[in-house]
Amino acid sequence: MKYALLMYGVDQDWAEADEEKRAETYERHGRFSELLRSRDAERGGEELALSNTATTVRLKAGEALLTDGPYAETAEQLGGFYLVEARDLDEALEFARALATVEDIIEVRPVVEHP
Amino acid sequence: MTVVEAAFREHRGPLLATLVAELRSFDLAEEALQDAFAAAAQQWASEGVPQRPAAWLLAVARRRAVDRRRREETLARYLPRLITSPGEPVHSDDSLALLFACCHPALGSEARVALTLRFVAGLTVPEIARLFLVPDATMAARITRGKQKIRTAGIPLRMPSPDDLPERLPGVLSVLYLLFTEGYRSFRTEVAAEAIRLMRLLRELLPTDPDVRDLLALVLLQHSRRRARLRDGRLVLLADQDRTLWNAVEAGEALTLLEAPGPLSAFRLQALIAARHAVAARASDTDWAGIVECYERLEELTGSPVVRLNRAVAVAECSGPAAALALLDGLGERLPRSHHLAAARAEMLLRLGEREAAVGEFDRALTLAPTAAEREFLAGRRVFALSGQSSGTAPGPSASTGSGLSSGTGSDSPPVPVPEAERPM
Repeated sequence: MKYALLMYGVDQDWAEADEEKRAETYERHGRFSELLRSRDAERGGEELALSNTATTVRLKAGEALLTDGPYAETAEQLGGFYLVEARDLDEALEFARALATVEDIIEVRPVVEHP
Repeated sequence: MTVVEAAFREHRGPLLATLVAELRSFDLAEEALQDAFAAAAQQWASEGVPQRPAAWLLAVARRRAVDRRRREETLARYLPRLITSPGEPVHSDDSLALLFACCHPALGSEARVALTLRFVAGLTVPEIARLFLVPDATMAARITRGKQKIRTAGIPLRMPSPDDLPERLPGVLSVLYLLFTEGYRSFRTEVAAEAIRLMRLLRELLPTDPDVRDLLALVLLQHSRRRARLRDGRLVLLADQDRTLWNAVEAGEALTLLEAPGPLSAFRLQALIAARHAVAARASDTDWAGIVECYERLEELTGSPVVRLNRAVAVAECSGPAAALALLDGLGERLPRSHHLAAARAEMLLRLGEREAAVGEFDRALTLAPTAAEREFLAGRRVFALSGQSSGTAPGPSASTGSGLSSGTGSDSPPVPVPEAERPM
């Protein structure tokens, strides 16, 4: 099965991180990617720019309405995701646990696979 | 009870577990097993009961599952898995794998209990709804959501890996304990027995785990009193139970289990308390000081208000009702819906000669008590408090032991449920 590991964190923390902290975080993501590759589980993933760069589009009375900022103004924002292939939820949760040592909150969502 | 009904009670849980494991579908397994029991009701009456009813039922259920799948035109995919010899025994591992799936931490705690009762213990949706005092539709929706999450999120129907097992075990134990407690509370022996069967399976898998061992000892001790707890449909207090009706084999097994050394966990302390009751030949022989000590340690460990209540009841036996009543001060805020608390206060007040206050507490207990047997008992005690003599309508405590306190509220109340969050992991 395919799962999305959605990473949530506080934007501010990342915005204020210094060079050393950033380098360290990227290195940890690199190690996580290696873990996925060693298990033939990596199917994609991206880092997203901070949520203050987001534009939200919604249809109102047939017209697209644009608003500045993310859909939900919550303390933690979606900061990136990995797509992984796992045998079942237990294996996906094992990956999520490893990733939780790098990012604050990981939401595990099964991906709907169309035939 | 007909033979089919007896077979239903005995085999339904294990068979359902086997079918779910084989078919990888909760719905198909339920439907196929229902078909098999319907076929048994027809055929066993005319053709006689087969030598091995469980194997017969499994074979028929598998055939019906094939029929149903064929109707869904997906036979080709599943046929290979369904072809197995008809005499093949039911695997205990299937029950355990299903149990671990139903108790998966990715499910909400309400869903875990509901799914376990439905698919591992084999209760019907209305039965589970009654146990939890919710409408049938609410429970049906809860179970459907749980099944959907298992399927869609990919919760595996297998035993967790040895690495994951220590983390997964406490959740399973607390669901099994709740399952037992629900059976015990509602006087449904078969539900309690199913919980014990699953604990035994777990113990085969983990023979050295102290929590599994101590929990099994605890429930065996509680279960061993089942024949003495009701007389003519009425609740009988621990102090008034005919102790020759206690199942000595089960109590003996529990005491042997407790001989092994182990940490003083919440399960072990509760088992040690139950054991002190089990070894008292008469109620008056009970080692109340030892029981108070266990409750003190248990309260330190859990901080649970229910434990405080039980501790107070034991203190009343050792040090008198005034000391016990003091321990209950302020507990009402933490246990606002507990009929056990109101009944305990009532009995203590009664012993202090404060009849009017006691009647008020009995009234409160009566509005909160969940089962008819308990309400009937409390009504009898209320009449006693009003008149100063036993009403004769309830199995009130004998004059010689002098009080329903020791057991009416504590010792024969359901085993103290220690919520998962309060339990040391």
